[in-house]
Amino acid sequence: MKEFLNMGGYALYVWGAFGMTALLMLAEPLLVRSRRKVTLRQVSSLVRSKTVQRSIKPSTNTSGDLK
Amino acid sequence: MKARKKRLIFIFVGLVFLGLASWLVFNALGNNMSYFYSPTEVVQKKAPEDHLFRLGGMVVEGSLQRGQALTVRFAITDTANAVNVEYTGILPDLFDEGQGVIAQGKLNTAGIFVATEVLAKHDEKYMPPEVADALEKAGKMKTDVPATELQNDS
Amino acid sequence: MSPRTFNWFKYSSPTTFYPLAGKLVPWFSTLAVILIFIALYIGFYVAPTDYKQGEGYRIIFVHVPASWMSMFIYLVMAFWAILGVIFNTRVSGMMVQALAPTGAMFTFLALWTGAFWGKPMWGTWWVWDARLTSELILFFLYIGYIALHSSIDDKRRADRATAILILVGVVNIPIIYYSVEWWNTLHQGASISVKSGSSMASTMLIAILIMTLGFWAYSIAVALARVRSVILERERDTHWVSELAEIKR
Repeated sequence: MKEFLNMGGYALYVWGAFGMTALLMLAEPLLVRSRRKVTLRQVSSLVRSKTVQRSIKPSTNTSGDLK
Repeated sequence: MKARKKRLIFIFVGLVFLGLASWLVFNALGNNMSYFYSPTEVVQKKAPEDHLFRLGGMVVEGSLQRGQALTVRFAITDTANAVNVEYTGILPDLFDEGQGVIAQGKLNTAGIFVATEVLAKHDEKYMPPEVADALEKAGKMKTDVPATELQNDS
Repeated sequence: MSPRTFNWFKYSSPTTFYPLAGKLVPWFSTLAVILIFIALYIGFYVAPTDYKQGEGYRIIFVHVPASWMSMFIYLVMAFWAILGVIFNTRVSGMMVQALAPTGAMFTFLALWTGAFWGKPMWGTWWVWDARLTSELILFFLYIGYIALHSSIDDKRRADRATAILILVGVVNIPIIYYSVEWWNTLHQGASISVKSGSSMASTMLIAILIMTLGFWAYSIAVALARVRSVILERERDTHWVSELAEIKR
């Protein structure tokens, strides 16, 4: 195990390289997931506020339906 | 003419200019794109005489001499010509006789290349030690970086 | 219209592309995890030591796949950009936007892992040779796209403006690839090429190839997941989005 971690003396370089790779490839999917959460929240509240508007003013044209 | 058409023409002309500019830049850089001079170019006086440049080639077998402290002397060759090099400092792990090397420095008045930096250049071959030994015994691995490899044939 | 053309155009609408992307993400994610673990196993336990670089050469198992991905993703972005210019479809611009961050990440990793490999072997973290310099330029192209695209509010306009940037930058890709052939560089020549095979032990080669496939599957999974957010952001005012289960909640 010690030999494996030591990588023939190149430990700093091998694990420095693999470590950054693992870090970014784990962080990126997490960032994508949090972007989705934020987007869902924003769009939901946008849609809800428009639904409220629509129920208050039935004659108002709804924007953007026919984009 | 319509604004849209005007914009397309503008973009097209812009692209043509960009292409032209890039071509000019790459042409000018063309000579500087090469990272090092070869010993032959140095012997033929094609390398700068009065400022820093890089010299690349292979360390001549048997040419390595260790002086006082960290000073070393060795020769770099491209199999056609060789240049003597003097360097004071730590050498990279992969530096060795018969291996590729790129040194940065200046030619002194005696024609010796005084290096300020020495980098090891390795080839694109990867193999386990047993295979390397077998190749060496079979005489098929005389040098690690044959002259043809120095110019990056692939 | 032939059935094949009809199918493509069906998925060029965000409405149909959104659920398709959603279905594909778990498959490509799983594939990525499996392939990467297999590659890591072969790379660390099966592939032998290198006669010259010892254990240090194993960085090759992430450096080469990341470098290939950095170039490949850019070409895919260029492909979508061209489609967008020709067919004016919305999904094309959305895919470019979804791919860019992943492409930038792999370019950064190519440079980082390369530096960590160069320091012990060459003796330096960085040199301005043609290979390294052109890869750095690729990183700037990715960042330039992301910055330019986010600075333009009208996303359709942003797509068109950035398409020019991407297509002009495409010339950098063959420069990166052939730099080690065209000029004298510190970076060594290709160990793996289509015309001359490979100059390495087969277990090493297999680990590199499997890791590359793993990175490719990863890129698809991440890009498809990201494009779903891009679609929701861009289509927020449409009726179909307001009817989505995850929006109505």
